[in-house]
Amino acid sequence: MTGGTFVGMPAFPEAARAALGDTQLRHNLAHATHTIRDKRARVVAEVEEWEELRVAGTAVKEAALRDLATHLEQLEASLTARGATVHWARDAAEACAIVARVTHAHGADEVVKVKSMATAEIGLNEALEAEGIAAWETDLAELIVQLGDDLPSHILVPAIHRNRAEIREIFRRRMGDVGRPAPDDLTDEPSVLAAAARAHLREKFLRAKVAVSGANFAVAETGTLVVVESEGNGRMCLTLPEVLISVVGIEKVVPTWRDLDPLLRLLPRSSTGERMNPYTSMWSGVTPGDGPQEVHVVLIDNGRTRALADDVGRQALRCIRCSACLNVCPVYERVGGHAYGSVYPGPIGAILNPLLNGVSDPQTASLPYASSLCGACFEVCPVRIDIPSVLVDQRAQVVDSHRGDAVPKPEAVAMRATAWAFSDARRLRWAHRASGGAGRVLDRLGRTTLPGGRRAAGRLPGPGAAWTSARDLPAPPAESFRAWWQRTDGGRR
Amino acid sequence: MTSARDEILAAVRAALDGVEPAGPLPPPPTVRPVDDLVGLFVERVEDYRAVVTRCAADEVAATVAAALAGGSAVVPSGLGIEVPGSVVDPSTGSGHRDGLSATDLDGIDAVVTAARVGIAETGTIVLDHAEDQGRRAISLVPDLHVCVVRADQVVADVPDAVALLDPARALTWISGPSATSDIELDRVEGVHGPRTLHVVLVE
Amino acid sequence: MRVALLVTCINDALYPDTGKAVVTLLRRLGVDVDFPTAQTCCAQPMVNTGYLDEAVPVVRTYVDAFAGYDAIVTPSGSCAGSARHQHSIVARRSGDPALEAAVAQTGPRTHELSEFLVDVLGVTDVGAYFPHTVTYHPTCHSLRMLGVGDRPRQLLEKVRGLTLVDLPQAEECCGFGGTFAVKNADTSVAMGSDKARHVRETGAEMVVAGDNSCLMHIGGLLSRERSGVRPVHLAEILASTEDSEGRSDGPAVGARAGERA
Repeated sequence: MTGGTFVGMPAFPEAARAALGDTQLRHNLAHATHTIRDKRARVVAEVEEWEELRVAGTAVKEAALRDLATHLEQLEASLTARGATVHWARDAAEACAIVARVTHAHGADEVVKVKSMATAEIGLNEALEAEGIAAWETDLAELIVQLGDDLPSHILVPAIHRNRAEIREIFRRRMGDVGRPAPDDLTDEPSVLAAAARAHLREKFLRAKVAVSGANFAVAETGTLVVVESEGNGRMCLTLPEVLISVVGIEKVVPTWRDLDPLLRLLPRSSTGERMNPYTSMWSGVTPGDGPQEVHVVLIDNGRTRALADDVGRQALRCIRCSACLNVCPVYERVGGHAYGSVYPGPIGAILNPLLNGVSDPQTASLPYASSLCGACFEVCPVRIDIPSVLVDQRAQVVDSHRGDAVPKPEAVAMRATAWAFSDARRLRWAHRASGGAGRVLDRLGRTTLPGGRRAAGRLPGPGAAWTSARDLPAPPAESFRAWWQRTDGGRR
Repeated sequence: MTSARDEILAAVRAALDGVEPAGPLPPPPTVRPVDDLVGLFVERVEDYRAVVTRCAADEVAATVAAALAGGSAVVPSGLGIEVPGSVVDPSTGSGHRDGLSATDLDGIDAVVTAARVGIAETGTIVLDHAEDQGRRAISLVPDLHVCVVRADQVVADVPDAVALLDPARALTWISGPSATSDIELDRVEGVHGPRTLHVVLVE
Repeated sequence: MRVALLVTCINDALYPDTGKAVVTLLRRLGVDVDFPTAQTCCAQPMVNTGYLDEAVPVVRTYVDAFAGYDAIVTPSGSCAGSARHQHSIVARRSGDPALEAAVAQTGPRTHELSEFLVDVLGVTDVGAYFPHTVTYHPTCHSLRMLGVGDRPRQLLEKVRGLTLVDLPQAEECCGFGGTFAVKNADTSVAMGSDKARHVRETGAEMVVAGDNSCLMHIGGLLSRERSGVRPVHLAEILASTEDSEGRSDGPAVGARAGERA
């Protein structure tokens, strides 16, 4: 896995078809997305100046991106001055190698991990395993995914596709293999399951020498890293081990300390639907006598400079990983995260994966089309990423990447023919005459009457079958609007 | 061979070639005035299912003792509140880690700390781990956190807190007990951090 | 004020009664609406599928057809959104400054029907009569791209005889999405079947919207289910009066008799 995509995943439409047939998944997702949607809506409605706050948050991230090199150099200097060691990694392999090297240097064969999208993106757990290092996920949802040999399906709640009964089964079956087993009387009550996770992980927190985290924000001016979390697993990892390695995407930088204000007001309400998340940790390098005394920060590119060069897509790097766009997306709600084939699912994943990785891979190239362009994602995005516009631009990049094909795709042929007809009204009239003729035939032959009395066109062959396999289609009328207008002089005759 | 650092910074500059830097930032919206700061703070802290007890300055020690309910407790060296029978964390501010180990702390029921600031709008307490709050581990590992907040430490909203806090210090923002919504998005209080947060608000 | 009708390619070919309804309605309100016959399509099918080069001549046709009009009215939130928000992207792609200048003229003058009625003409009571129970689905592009807000509801609330019932989860997409409906047909149908279910839950006789493309999808599912609920375009309700209601050749109920007239 590089650039966050799962190897061997089918393109979105096929993966979605399979997911749509999973009744348990559909039920779990509908419950979870509607729950979190309602919570978000309630706490956002409390903030009268929410739109101003979105504008302010957008401006902070945009300012950071537009002068990113300067801020990164400042971040490096601030961190170094505070006793941290700064590493740079061009890609996933370099980043993983740095983490493995530091871990080995301390003779450790395990690390405890704070939930982090960056480390999921670079496939750190698998890379460390290959180096003989066990990486223990400590976020509850990540633990569920790891114990279940599963893939994450949501940015905030990677196990959103699992319900309590499935989680109980995973804990009963797998906890004992890797540490303290689940208690015999484990029920499927969320509080009981959370208590089992607490007991299971505590021994790992208490003995771990090395921790790995990401960061939600990195302040250039002060060298402050910020981790926003709920369970306290983050605090455990950031506080108890002797060595802390934080893997941070270069787009996480914000220029100044004060810039945290709008972002800390936007993120929890957008993400978990809370006024504030239970725990936010902020630290800068080494704090003498408190917490890890050896601190490493790995700044990763891994496709980010590729995205940065994209004039339309650059805005996706403003993302603060709140996952509000997933929760409101009608497509995500029905197909879940696995169909996107990446640690970044949902609307943001549909743009971020092509931006980070390019569109040469057919699976990645299918993602910009995994949207009805309804715009619900843009409406909730706390940093105003215009996801629909980026999706449309990405689609153009997919089409452009095929312009040199020796044999054009049937879709390209159809689009060119349609565009040709639409480029001149006279051509359109011929097309209407043909469809009007077909309509007269279908009207006589059609065996289906639409509610209201109009005839249906029947089942179409070829690509039209994708429509009529589930939906009736009206038969074309005998006379188009323009033919009527010309025949009647706009109804005056 | 160019270093990863130089290559990444060069790629960033190349990507932004011709892109104008951002102009002055719009100020984040200011905070609405709040009539009853402390009342709002208490309401919002309780909303997270934390326990709040309001008391007068001369009642603090008794209120803390009641909150501890006879369990063992660790306190930072500079707490300034009498907590009979408590263990004083020796490593606070000492610059080394020969104090209580994480395992030692795991055997203690509770911790009592002060705070740096309270945020009314979000029901948040921020620790800056000064001598009356101690290093981060002591307010993390024990299962009950009794946190003493003075009414005059409560500010209206996040921007006030950001303005007051010193980024040179390690900071921990706490909003209620540890919690998770990872199972079906239903919120459950109590995971790895203290499962009970008891705020003693001194007026 | 010179007002042109952008009938849209889908209404032109499949739903001519919607176009006729806009003509009837606007004439009743004293607007002498013209139909520039050089018009074809707003180019959205190409743009939203990624065929920007192919969209260039289509946008060129649009700006040529509608040059010189003060207002362009269309019974489609989606096509209005395309003209207002996407034509500039296509024009930039063309590298032709004249086209960029032209879309800067036609784009802002393109109004979705309810916007034109409420904002430009300043009317909400258009004198319509429609004795049916209907539920309103706000289409995504009218709701979120254009921000038409409650204008369609304001218009519907003034229609005599009409009973408007609330649609549960009204603001969720129906799943049409242009070529999404065939490229991701399974997901599209999954979304549409929930929308159709919500429509049926209301007990309404018809589902009304401002876009026939979305209605073709929702209506296609409702028809396949033999639900007895039919789609109707907002324009057809607003054009309907005591005189036209019940007549088989009137614009408001033309769909009932097919397009044989």
